[in-house]
Amino acid sequence: MLDCRGMRCPLPVIELARHIAEVDIGSTVAVVADDPAAAADVPAWCRLRDHEYAGAGIPVDGAPSYLVRRSH
Amino acid sequence: MATLAAGPDRDPERWTISVRGVPDIPEGYLDAASTEPLHPAAREVLLAALDDGWADPARLYGAARRARLLLDNAREVVAAVLGARPDEVSFTASGTQAVHLGVLGTALARRRVGPRVVVSAVEHSSVLHAATTHAASGGDVTQVPVDRYGRVDADRFAAALGDTTALACLQAANHEVGTLQPVAAVADACAGHGVPLLVDAAQVVGRLPVPAGWTLLAASAHKFGGPAGVGFLAVRHGTRWRSPLPQDERGSGRVAGFEDVPGVLAAAAALRARTEGAASLAASQATLVDRIRAQVPDLVPDVEVVGHPEERLPHLVTFSCLYVDGEALLLELDKEGFAVSSGSSCTASTLRPSHVLEAMGVLTHGNVRVSLARTTTAAEVDRFLTVLPGVVQRLRSTAGVDRL
Repeated sequence: MLDCRGMRCPLPVIELARHIAEVDIGSTVAVVADDPAAAADVPAWCRLRDHEYAGAGIPVDGAPSYLVRRSH
Repeated sequence: MATLAAGPDRDPERWTISVRGVPDIPEGYLDAASTEPLHPAAREVLLAALDDGWADPARLYGAARRARLLLDNAREVVAAVLGARPDEVSFTASGTQAVHLGVLGTALARRRVGPRVVVSAVEHSSVLHAATTHAASGGDVTQVPVDRYGRVDADRFAAALGDTTALACLQAANHEVGTLQPVAAVADACAGHGVPLLVDAAQVVGRLPVPAGWTLLAASAHKFGGPAGVGFLAVRHGTRWRSPLPQDERGSGRVAGFEDVPGVLAAAAALRARTEGAASLAASQATLVDRIRAQVPDLVPDVEVVGHPEERLPHLVTFSCLYVDGEALLLELDKEGFAVSSGSSCTASTLRPSHVLEAMGVLTHGNVRVSLARTTTAAEVDRFLTVLPGVVQRLRSTAGVDRL
């Protein structure tokens, strides 16, 4: 899990880019972000960086989470 | 002293007046989709009409009849450009007000038909807010999604129409990414269902031919060099419409309050001037926009140019820079002498990203909308392309994200 609560765009996506290599290829990281821009930006980042956006995850204390599967 | 035509010939030719001492649009102003400074033709007519068109056009004495005549002249000019009959055109206080009245007045008058209003997901906020008001009073709103280019699928839009649809709304072109919408095909579908179609034409009037097939049309004068405070609402004959506001005898019963005769005249003068040169200006602007679209991805790493590559407005291009704060980007470009806008959330009072970019599923941060003014030169565009890579590089470097 990548806790990006309290971060404003583009910080959640920057955090994701910094930490994606810390999960194994094929594994999933949940980006928890309360910034509404993350809902669009996390899937768009996955598309631009050729990772897989695996949909919404379980909210953490009301903050949405976004699942990203490392593809390479 | 400039003079205005209001004689029996009502010849709009006589509105063309020599212009002296009109300030230029500032160099680096690339936000025409927000607004353009007053067109010289509009400025002259406005100043003359302040002296000449002040009287109450609803009265019967000489000065009042003159104001009425000026207003009717302007209406004829506007109607011709919109593809309307003059008595179908009303003047509002803004494009937003035109949309609000168009949406709510049609939904109200057709309440017996049904509660549904169908809109695209990327309409201007004035359409979406009017739809929200309609929903709050018991209506229902269907949003038709768009593709990655921000374009609705005409078949999908048609599938959302039904027996209980009071109104459909589709913009002529998107104000944030420049994508043209398939208005003709959607208009055919609406006609087949007997559903009126409101077309928000704010981004095309004065720039491109107004698409045919509308039932209601809304536009805004300050987008094409008319004064702020003037919008157009055209309603086809036979369309059921009832004012959602208290009744008023002015504005053909559609728009309450005393008309801004000088403002309307100036708007018509700007529209006339812009329409005459629209095709050649659009061609030269499209060349410059193509240059930006082609070069930005080469000059700046990790940029997504958004909007349809071909079906698009001639003067507008939008792109998003990965990992860059949109507000910081705007401020840095401002320091370099460029005025642009952004759909990024950090630049919005609501702190929400642009609903257009969200609906398209593209990056919402680091977003820049460049929209060329009527005077924007190739040299200005080239200087923008020279400055941009360094600005983005500096911001990425400062944030420590240039190697991500």
